[in-house]
Amino acid sequence: MIAQPKLAIAGLQMEFLRRRTSSSMVVIENLDLDIRDHEFVTIVGPSGCGKSTLLNIVNGLLSPTSGTILIDGAPAAARRSRLGVVFQDASLFPWFTVERNVGYGLECLGTPRSEIRARVAPLLEMVGLSAFGSHFPHELSGGMQQRANLARALAIDPEILLMDEPFAALDAQTREIMQSELLSIWTRTHKTVLFITHQISEAIYLSDRVIVMSARPGRILADLHIPFDRPRALSIKRDPEFTAAEEHIWELLEAQVRSALETNVARGG
Amino acid sequence: MSRRAIVGAASVGVVILAWQLMGVFGLLKPPFFVPPSAVLAAGAVELVSPRFWNDVYVSGQELVYGYALAAVTAIPFGLAVGWYVRLGYLFEPLMGFMNALPRIALMPLILLTLGFGLWSIVTVVFLGVFFTVAINTVQGVRVVEPRYLDVARSYRARDLTRFRTVVLPSAIPFVVAGLRLGIGRALIGVVIGELYAANAGLGHMIRAASNSLQTDRLLFATLFLIVVSLVVSEALRSLERRVAPWRAGVSLAAGT
Repeated sequence: MIAQPKLAIAGLQMEFLRRRTSSSMVVIENLDLDIRDHEFVTIVGPSGCGKSTLLNIVNGLLSPTSGTILIDGAPAAARRSRLGVVFQDASLFPWFTVERNVGYGLECLGTPRSEIRARVAPLLEMVGLSAFGSHFPHELSGGMQQRANLARALAIDPEILLMDEPFAALDAQTREIMQSELLSIWTRTHKTVLFITHQISEAIYLSDRVIVMSARPGRILADLHIPFDRPRALSIKRDPEFTAAEEHIWELLEAQVRSALETNVARGG
Repeated sequence: MSRRAIVGAASVGVVILAWQLMGVFGLLKPPFFVPPSAVLAAGAVELVSPRFWNDVYVSGQELVYGYALAAVTAIPFGLAVGWYVRLGYLFEPLMGFMNALPRIALMPLILLTLGFGLWSIVTVVFLGVFFTVAINTVQGVRVVEPRYLDVARSYRARDLTRFRTVVLPSAIPFVVAGLRLGIGRALIGVVIGELYAANAGLGHMIRAASNSLQTDRLLFATLFLIVVSLVVSEALRSLERRVAPWRAGVSLAAGT
């Protein structure tokens, strides 16, 4: 018997209505995806393929046209407080200190202040920000801000982490370091992760499975198992097997990226 | 002192010096127009005169009543109108209308309704400040970054929590901007109101000085109003730094 998936997406369809032409644009087409407990799954795909839309649907910020989303076999709507979300750059509230930002999810759940403080402290320690709890986000570097972002998502002790291109705004070196830090944190917390990126090597390095999506309308082109042992050092990125996997995914993606480029041009940017 | 402060002080100094020199070379026609030295001399007399301080007290009372009343009502009103879409539909046309109306034009009507003295002028001040602060506050609520609202929704923040933790903090700079604009409006209200409808106050002092060709006193009263306006505006700026400490870094990051 196959264990029940942690997150089950079935028959997902997402159409946006274009008001001007009153036609609809299909962004995600009939997408099925199961993610097991403790699994690290990454979605790669060309710009505009509906990756972020998918994440926003799982997160409940958007309602799909049709399809179901189950968490532990139950409709997601009832279990969304168990999701931790890490957004792209600069999603910390500039008006709160790092500590208050990290405790924000708990604050929303109505957790008492003293308990919030007790739970935030070890998380700040884990992401190396203990000394910066009373700083404001603008006083932190981009990498530190993303660590705080991650700590905020972990603070509510989520069952699933949703990560929407969290390292996209970082410089290349910081990005590498953050990837390896994320893995070491993931090893300790062992959350189920759904990660979005457009960087192929990032996807392979982090994941148990890489899902390759097509250009719009977004469909799943390939669902690849990543065999590398954990813990993974950053140096495995130079491993021949790793570069072969990279090349394989790029071959799948190249035509999609080109077609996305053309449709975007046809739409005037 | 920063270079900015030095250059700023120098430009004010040059204007005052030029004004004084015009007096020295007989280009001004006292008593219709007098040099700054005469204004300062009048000031020295006024500052020890009980009548002057009574005028300050009367104007100050009108200013504080009207301004405070407007601020404590306009901020919650603006927050509500900005946040609840239907309240926006209901009140925004009216707010636009009232803001377009030169409120001083209502002065005679207010006088007929409320009579001579304090409450007429408080009303003029109130009308000047209320719509300025309310419109800015509405704007502040409307320009909240959608991204931050998404974060709040993702962490399942209730409406009230979203309002308190996202909308309110991001509206603060707009509220303060409204309050600072309001100071100028309030002083205009006080002076014009007193020109019409008072027997004391700095506006009344300006009118009386004008009637008796005491340009030095007239200009001193004006100078005093400028100082009050600058001091209050600066106080509001430092209040903003106190309640919105993150803003210092934000504006630095924007390169200002």
